Order: sequence, then C-alpha cells, then structure tokens
Amino acid sequence: MDLTRIMVSVLLSGPEIIVILGACVVLMLSLVPRPGQGGLLAGLSLVMIALAAGMSATLGHTPQSGYQGMFVVDGIATYFKLLLYLGTALTVLISGGYLGAENTDKGEYYALLLFALCGAMIMVSGTDLLIIYIGLELQALAIYVLVGFLTTNARSNEAALKYVILGAFSSGLLLFGLSMFYGLTGTTQLSAMALALGTADAGDPLLVLATLFLLVGLLFKVGAVPFHMWLPDIYEGAPSPVTGLMSTVGKVAAFAVVLRLLLHDLSALTPIWHDIVVIAAVLTMAVGSLAALVQTNIKRMLAYSSIAHGGFLLLGLLAGGSDGQASVMFYLLVFTFMNLGLFAVIVLLNQGADRGEPIWDFSGLAKTHPGLALITLIFLLSLAGIPPTGGFFAKFYVLVALVETGQVALAVIAVLFSAVSAWFYLRIIMLMYMDETAHPAQVLVAPAMRVVLAVTLIGTVLTGGLPAMFLDAAQAAARAGLG
Amino acid sequence: MMGFPVLSLLILLPAAAALVVPFLRSTQAARWVALIVLLADFLLAVWVLISFDASTAAMQFGEHYAWVPSLGISYRLGVDGISVWFVLLTTLLGWICVLASWTSITTRVAEFMTCLLAMQSLMVGVFCALDMILFYILWEAMLVPMYLMIGIWGGANRVYAAFKFFLYTLAGSLLFLIGILLLYFNAGQTFDMLALMEARYPVNLQIWVFLAFLVAFAVKVPMVPLHTWLPDAHVQAPTAGSIILAGVLLKMGAYGFLRFSLPMLPDAAHYFAPLMIALSAVAIVYGGFLALVQRDIKKLIAYSSVSHMGFITLGLFTFDTMGLSGAVIQMFNHGITTGALFLCVGLIYERTHSREIASYGGLIKAVPLFGILFAGFLLASMAVPGLNGFIGELLVLAAAFGVSSWAGAAGVLGALTGAAYLLGVYRQMLLGPTAAPGDAILWDLNQRELICALPLLMFVVWFGLYPKPFLNILQPSLDHLMIQTTLSVVTP
Repeated sequence: MDLTRIMVSVLLSGPEIIVILGACVVLMLSLVPRPGQGGLLAGLSLVMIALAAGMSATLGHTPQSGYQGMFVVDGIATYFKLLLYLGTALTVLISGGYLGAENTDKGEYYALLLFALCGAMIMVSGTDLLIIYIGLELQALAIYVLVGFLTTNARSNEAALKYVILGAFSSGLLLFGLSMFYGLTGTTQLSAMALALGTADAGDPLLVLATLFLLVGLLFKVGAVPFHMWLPDIYEGAPSPVTGLMSTVGKVAAFAVVLRLLLHDLSALTPIWHDIVVIAAVLTMAVGSLAALVQTNIKRMLAYSSIAHGGFLLLGLLAGGSDGQASVMFYLLVFTFMNLGLFAVIVLLNQGADRGEPIWDFSGLAKTHPGLALITLIFLLSLAGIPPTGGFFAKFYVLVALVETGQVALAVIAVLFSAVSAWFYLRIIMLMYMDETAHPAQVLVAPAMRVVLAVTLIGTVLTGGLPAMFLDAAQAAARAGLG
Repeated sequence: MMGFPVLSLLILLPAAAALVVPFLRSTQAARWVALIVLLADFLLAVWVLISFDASTAAMQFGEHYAWVPSLGISYRLGVDGISVWFVLLTTLLGWICVLASWTSITTRVAEFMTCLLAMQSLMVGVFCALDMILFYILWEAMLVPMYLMIGIWGGANRVYAAFKFFLYTLAGSLLFLIGILLLYFNAGQTFDMLALMEARYPVNLQIWVFLAFLVAFAVKVPMVPLHTWLPDAHVQAPTAGSIILAGVLLKMGAYGFLRFSLPMLPDAAHYFAPLMIALSAVAIVYGGFLALVQRDIKKLIAYSSVSHMGFITLGLFTFDTMGLSGAVIQMFNHGITTGALFLCVGLIYERTHSREIASYGGLIKAVPLFGILFAGFLLASMAVPGLNGFIGELLVLAAAFGVSSWAGAAGVLGALTGAAYLLGVYRQMLLGPTAAPGDAILWDLNQRELICALPLLMFVVWFGLYPKPFLNILQPSLDHLMIQTTLSVVTP
C-alpha cells in the first residue's frame, strides 16, 4: 500500500527527477574538460529537457497528487511546465554561441540552467508552502550564480551581488508571511489551509498582515512596482541569455505560484489583496511603460518592458475566473516566444558584453540584414501588441477577461499604457529601418540560433494567426486546474 | 451564400504577392509584379461590382469560417452597396500608386512595393470584414506598412511624422477595442457585425461605447481637434503614401461612423449629433481657413481634406436621407479627387523638388497636359456642377440647412473658402509669368503618368454627369442604414 503511494509520487515527480539527474550528469561531465565539450553538454541538457517534457506530456491534465498532498500534477502544472521546458531549451540553444564569444565556456553553466529549471518546476507543482519555497530557492540560487557567471565582468558581478541581497531579502519576507500562515492555520499544506481559511475572518489583523507579507514576497518575484527596483540593474548586468531566461522562465514560474496561491487555494484572501493588486498593477504598467521610454540600453529597456508586461499579467489575475487565469497562461506562452526571440537577436547583435548593448546596435539593420530585421520587426510588433501577432491576442484575451468581469476602467488604463509602450518598440523599428548603419557588423547566425529564431518566430506568428489551438489549450488547462 | 470566395481572393492576392516581392532580385521585377497583381485585383473588384445585385441591401459574396470559436471570433466577409464602392476605390488607387512611384521611388523598391501590396490587402479586408475583431485586426495592422512607408521613403522630417501618425491612430484604436468588447458582452458574446447591429443596447452603454468609437474614428477622419497628425503625415509621406492616406485611410474613420456608430448605437448617435455637427462645422471652416494660408501645396491639400471630411461627418450626423447619401457620395468622390490632387502634386514635385506654391508660375505653358488635368481635379474638389464633387456637397448642404442654419452657413462658408484657395493655387501655379523652382527642366506628362491620371479623371466626369449607376447600387444599402439608425428611437 505504502509502496504504491511512494511509486505514484515518484512517478508524478518523474520530470523533476529526470532534470535533476541530467543536471548532475552534466555537472560531472563538466569536471573532465575536453575540446568541444560545450556542445556535448548543451546537447545532453536538451535531451534531458526533452525527456522531461515527454514525461510531463504523458502525465496529462487530470489532477493527481503525490508526496502526501505536497505535490500535484494537474492541468495548470503541466501547461506551465511545458512553457518552462520551452524557455529553458531555447535558452540552452541561445547560450552556446554567447559563452564561446565570452570565453566562459564552463560546463557548470548548463547544470545551473537545469537546476534553475527544476526549481521552477517544483514551484509550479508544489501544493505545500514549504515545497513551493524550496523550489523558489533552488531556482533563485541557480540564477544568482548564472547572473554572475561572467566572473571577470564587473557589471555581471555587481548584478549578482545585488540580486543575492535583494533576493534573500524578498525570500525572507515571503518566508515570514508563510510562517504566519502556518501559525494561523496550523498547516503548510494548501488544501488544508484553504479549509481553515474558509471559516476565517478576513478582517483578522494577523491574517491581513500575513497576506501583506505574502503579497510583498510574490510581487517582488514577479517584478511588480514598487518592488521592481532590482530588475533593470540585474537584467542589464546578467549575461544576455540569462536575462532572457529570467524574463521568461522566471516570470512563468512566479506567476504560476501567484495563480495557485491567490486564485485557488488561498482565494479566501481575495478581499484583502484585491485592491492592493489593482494599485500595484496600474503602477507597474505606468512605471514600466514610462521608464522604458528613456532607456538607451536595450536590456534595460526590455527590463522595463518586462515590468510593464508583468502589470498586464496582474490584470489577468485580477480578472480571475477560468478566463482570467487562461489569459495569464496564454500571455506567458506568447511572451516566452516573443521575448526570447528578441533576446536571441540581442545576443546575435551584441558580440561582447562590455559594449553595453546600446539600442543603436539596431541601426540600419534592415539594410545590412533584411531578414533578421524583419524577424525583429515581428517580435517588436508582437511585444507592442499590434495585430496580427501573438502579442495582440495575449493582450486581447486579458482585456476580454477584464471586461467580462466588469472592470472596464482597468481595461481602459491598460490600453492607454499599451499605446505608450508602443513608442519604445517603434523606436527600435525606426532605428532598424530608418537609420544609417552605425557599424555594419558581421552577424553570423549559427545553426542553433537559427532554430531559436525559427521556433520563436513561428510561435509568435502562429499564436497570432491561429490562436484558437493555443487558447483552447490554456483554457482547458485552466478549467482542469479549477475542477 | 458560400460560392466562389472572391472577396478572400481580393484580400489574399496582394498579400501573397507581398510575401514574394521582397525576395525578387531585380527592382524592375518588383515593380512589375506589384503592378500586375494590383491591376488584377482591381479587375477583380470591377467584376465584383458588375455582378453585384443592386436590388438588395443584403451582404453579398459572403464567406464565413470559424477562427477562434472559443471567443466567438470568425473570419466573416461580405459587401453591401456601400462597401463595394470602397473596395473599388481602394483597388483603383492601388495600381495607380504603383505607377505613381515608378520613378520617384528608387531606394529599396521591393520593400516599398511590399508595403503597397500589404496595405491594399489590409484595406480591402477592412471594407469586406463582417466580424468586429477581424475588422479591428486589419484596421490596426494597416498602421505598420503605412508607418514604414512614411518613415522610410518620406521627406526630411519623416521619422517624426511617422511616429505621430502611428501613435495617434494606435491610441485611438485601442479604445475602439474596449468599445467592441462592451458590445460583445452585451450582445451575447458574438463579434458578428450583423448580429451586433441587430442587438439593442442600453442607452447608457451606447453613450460610453460611442465615445470610445468616437476617439478612434475621429482620429482617422480626422476631426478637429485630433487632426494635427494629418498635415505632418501628408507632407512627409511619399506620393503613394499621400494618395492612400487621403484616398482610403481617411475614409475609414467615416466608414466606422457609418458602419458602427450609427446603426449599432443609434440613441447615442442622436444624443451626440449636435456635438458632431458642431465639430464638423468647425472642421469645415477651420480646415478651410488653414488651407487658405498654406504656402506648401501638400499642406494645403491636407488641410482642405480636413475641411472636406468635415462635410462628410456633417452629412452623416444630419440623420437625413439626403445628408447620408451626400456623405457617402462625398466619401467616394473625395477619395478620387484628393487622391488625384496628391498624384498631381507628386508628379510636379518629381520634376522640381519644390512644394512651395509661390515658387511656381505659368506652368500651363510648359506642361499643358498637366495643367488641364490639374484644373479638372481642382474644379472637382471645388464641387463645380458637372463634376463628381458637386452632388455630394449639395446634398450635405441641403441636409445641413434642414438641421441647423448655422451648420449650413458653415458649410457654405467652407465651400466658398475652398473655391478661394483652390483657384488661388491654380492661378499662382499655372497662370501668370513663367517661373519654375530652381533650374528644373519641365517635361509634360508621359504615357505612364497619363495612365495614372486618366482613370481618375474618368471617374470625376462620370460621377459628375451620370451618377445613376453609382446611386442605384448605393441606394438599397443606404435606405437600410437609415432604418437602422432610426429604429431604436422609434421603438424605445
């Protein structure tokens, strides 16, 4: 009897086990330096991710619980895990050339990527506050190291240090909030906690305080205003592929936790957090869009753009229900495609982290590399939410969910900031198409990079042209999760 | 009615060419492919017009495929007696734009032709769309090729103009989207335009949605005070861009009022009619006065468009059969005449590289053919009887006096101002002592340029002298529209 339960639990966490094993194997192989090792390790990482993805796909959508209710595989978890695999696999492909150019072709890079992935996977599957926290820390620790991976680069080091300090601080706040919940409900397990909170009084000051701490921790992780300060510096300093990873995989995992905690198990707390999140969402969109306008470093600009997108995602959370939830999930899918695609272009254009990634690197790209410029144009239009790209439908679906729940004022604010944010994406288009070349760089697109560009481009175009399939997947997953 | 998908063909033909043209190696090939495809598209539109059943107001050549079923979005097309004319106008101007850019666009020709083809596909799509989201997507996507056209091939201040154009229209459109969603949830979660027109909405909701739509359409028209992007965009845009902007894009704002604001929100439309009429009257007079003092010929025509578009919005909001017919006729005719005027300016600019009106004089001696054509289009724009501008303006004026003598007076004043600045331009540029800017050598219109201009002149004369076939096709749809705009008021 017990043995079967253990077997089921192990089976459910199979993808995590595969990824952890992969990380360990990669780490061991990296200890034996050999020429051409980078390619081998990257390939191995991809194989392990593919195996995990295959396993996740077979585990399916029907909610199954393991490890005595601390771990769940349901529609939402599977959907988000597939997104995490996608983002991580693309990051692996982007990284190869970058590491070579930076002369830091160290094997532990891929192991760290896999550890970060595993942490993120535990986050989306955890149904116990402690498990979620452990996943979060595993992911964060791996990313701390990745941010500072360019050991000889001062910016990278500074960013890593900032991230460690601020990350630890936010984790502390989150942990404090979680411990208060344990004190109030006597359990860390979400389902039991939901039962306990069902009868709780939403006006209880201790509960309010606990919710506030939880909220601060979560808003910090998703980069919402006013806890967004760390994002631009760290995005700028981190190696570009890692920035891409943080802005997509990191966001996916953080929002998975937010959805699970706030919309599902702790939904009794809604009266406490709702208005705070409304204010945070509006401020996040405002600060993100307005601050991005004045950036001249592409990675900083994308950091602010990423903050603004986070604000839009919070609106999906506010809309709630299965539509609101599915809108967040669909948005994150599109965001993974378009944002990673753009980071791939940035990695291609910025050969050398010391150059500071000025946006002028894009100048005249349409003349020297028309194909690459066209692809970039599509990513930028999608980020700006111009139809018929995926970015349009992502925003559209959030708006549908908002108007459906009668929050029209929020929808109006959202579209106004959306128009503001179009400005800075247009500026890059302008540089590419209407400016003279600053330095006609020889951009070599390696085969791995071609795959990344193809996948992200097709994803961005398909989610815009034929969104039905992806929307249905997100809706089905959201409903399965709600059931 | 699911016959041969002719409307899809109209839309997809240029789109398919737009995917091919960038990969052509020779610029000449790019020009020819664009020309042939757009000409074929035009002939297709003519065929649609000829086989159009003028006895009914129903949507014809319908197509319907599910697109995003879970949200009720579908790919739904069809044209009625109104939109079929705009499809014709768009496709007519399309190939003329290619010819007009034949020698004036010399850099990145293939990309330019791609933009033209993409524009055409999206514009025809807008006039055929019967699903609100499909309409919105096409309407919004149009910004991109237009932005690139102004920004890459425009004049000295092109980047600023392109930005302004994009951001103004984008900001307007986004509120339009919220308005659509409000209707969607009130009409039982459908984006089908015909169903949305059938549905009845609470007056309070109508007013909010009307305001959201108003911003989007008023920017596009453009109505004073949201018109400031237009002169910039017009002056900086290359000739083809100006033709498309004036000929088709401006009509889309008025088309929006006609298709959505009036039939879907009749109560709000009546409620806001005094405001709309006042804004239109202001636009007519203010645009006309601004045009009077312009020294730049493109700017003059741009401001004259503000004034002329004022007539159209004025006619729409008189809620009178005459006014409505006048407005629609004027929409089509303004597309022809203003498109033609920008073409003429482009032709002369190509020779002299000057847009300064005062630098010209006595052109008629050097370029008589051009002088005659230009005169024709100026007179048409002035609404001289016998040319196409006349009936539309007359009907609108008559209806305007029925609603408010102030609006009528503004219309008359606008018409008089129009005569003043248009005749002034003609006198300065074509008559008097000969003067050409710089050392430009003038040569008269060649065959290619005549082929551009003559079809437009043909429409100018045809609709001026014998508009009956035009009106025949238009009338049932207009009558139907009149019923829709009054229904809600009659039955509360």
